[in-house]
Amino acid sequence: MATIQSDPADGLSTILESEIIRPPLMVRLRPYLIALPALLVLIGILYPFVMGVAYSFTAYAFTRPNTSFVWLRQYQRMVEDSDFLYSTFVTLAYAFSATGVQLLLGLIVAMLLNRESRIAKILQVTLIFPMMIAPVITTLIWKMMMQPSVGILNPILNSVGLPSLEWAAVPQTALFSVVLVDVWMFTPFAALILLAGLRSFPQGPFEAARVDGASFWFTFRNLTLPMLTPFILIVIIFRFMDSLKMFDIIFAMTEGGPGSTLMTYQLTAYRTSIQFQKLAQGLPYAIVLYLVIYFVSQWLVKRWGIAQRRAAGYS
Amino acid sequence: MDVRLRKVLTSVLSDGFLILYFLFALFPIVWMVLVSLKSTNELFTTQFIFTPTLDNYQAILFGDARAAAGVIAKQEFPRNFMNSFIVSSGAVVVSLLVGVPAAYSLARYDFKGKENLAFTFLSFRFAPELVVIIPLSLIYRQLGLYDTYFGIIWVYQLVTLPLLIWVLRSYFEDISPDIEQAAMIDGYPWYRIFLQVLLPLVRPGLAAAALLAFVFAWNNFIFPLVLGASHVQTVTVSALGYISSAQAFFNRMAAAAVISSFPQILLALSIQRYLIRGLSFGAVKG
Repeated sequence: MATIQSDPADGLSTILESEIIRPPLMVRLRPYLIALPALLVLIGILYPFVMGVAYSFTAYAFTRPNTSFVWLRQYQRMVEDSDFLYSTFVTLAYAFSATGVQLLLGLIVAMLLNRESRIAKILQVTLIFPMMIAPVITTLIWKMMMQPSVGILNPILNSVGLPSLEWAAVPQTALFSVVLVDVWMFTPFAALILLAGLRSFPQGPFEAARVDGASFWFTFRNLTLPMLTPFILIVIIFRFMDSLKMFDIIFAMTEGGPGSTLMTYQLTAYRTSIQFQKLAQGLPYAIVLYLVIYFVSQWLVKRWGIAQRRAAGYS
Repeated sequence: MDVRLRKVLTSVLSDGFLILYFLFALFPIVWMVLVSLKSTNELFTTQFIFTPTLDNYQAILFGDARAAAGVIAKQEFPRNFMNSFIVSSGAVVVSLLVGVPAAYSLARYDFKGKENLAFTFLSFRFAPELVVIIPLSLIYRQLGLYDTYFGIIWVYQLVTLPLLIWVLRSYFEDISPDIEQAAMIDGYPWYRIFLQVLLPLVRPGLAAAALLAFVFAWNNFIFPLVLGASHVQTVTVSALGYISSAQAFFNRMAAAAVISSFPQILLALSIQRYLIRGLSFGAVKG
């Protein structure tokens, strides 16, 4: 079971009590002093972030360094851009489909691995391989497999009687192709987390259900699913946030193309600010994405805390 | 009898589905190895029957004298590999130095703003990287940090520091405060307790978290893409160059992919026991 953080106050009171003779100021400052180096690094990261927000209110471009404020004009420009709605759609479509498939497939794989089976034991070890290879490298391998002359995916499709696909080269299947790579890479993550959840369950309630002759679906809906909720939320927190901001796979596959088929917020921000050198103009995409991720992840983390307490009631 | 038959049938179907999934999961890796062993002549012909050759590895690692002009980029591979190694291990060392004490502080002391601080570190794990690196690309140019090891190691803290702080915090919290109390009664000052009692206790978790942070840093792409150029170019950025050049070098690219991803698979296998906690930032104690 994923435990809620043990109450650190226990440790604290014992540490403080035994040191009452020391000057209290130093003792009170100690946790800050210990964390100070990390705080300095944090400031080094926060500074560019704050600067980024400030620059998003200017018309700054690398080619035309101009820091006079134009206030919300860059944001207005983003919303009025003819591609804005489509970009929103692709960003969300990618995130929802990748996370959804990973969750479902990961759950099936986890439940199948959580059985007394020799094959399951052997296969489980290899589960981590896809996750450990750099996303860019993985995407390049898939791109090679999808390639018409050297690739292997079309011959495989043909051998089972299906027609060849043009994969990421045409708009119709481009999103499918990148989501496929994302699913390949991160389904093991979902499966591993959910498997850890399944293995942490107390056996008691399941024994009782079996004795009472409960069906598989009844046990799944009323025991497995509620107890698994905190773990499902962990998978969603990591995978949904990561796929909202996915850059590597899309960039390595098509750089956002064909045309602007895969121009998500991240790709648009990169293309505008870095490739086209219009620094300020691309920033609103990154900042809006940041705000969405910040609030959604906070909400999900809160849900996770609630689900954890609720699941603890079952054991 | 009927029940037993159904049981056997479910078990066969389940194993069948698992095998199908793992074929899907492992096939690209196997294919990558196969292609890396193909000579350029055989690249376009029979898919699976061929005479394996190590030419691609030789070309990648030692440069190819017969290479055409367009292959120059490929001879950079050893240098890119070293760059990846330098920035990834540099980033992990910096994160360890500043992150281990911070994790201890967050786990053991109760102070104002503690949870906010912890969540600020975590929020950078989820933030879209561009929100920080677009402004950084300007700041780095002004400070002369663009395309330097220091600049890349600094920005890699976004990847390695939240991971180390959160995972280590959960390991520190697992240790009973009684142990520290006993040492305190014996008159040890807090820093000696930290160094001599607590650190040895979390060492396996610490090593695993550091290795995982190394893998994540190694796999990063967008930071060196935006903030680096030829001087610090890593394997992930240079890999992109292989595929955009002629298709005839797909086998080279595959060899480069094998060399740069197998060390990580081995690392991951060695820390398997700690992997779930690391991947979930301490949330799931698998």
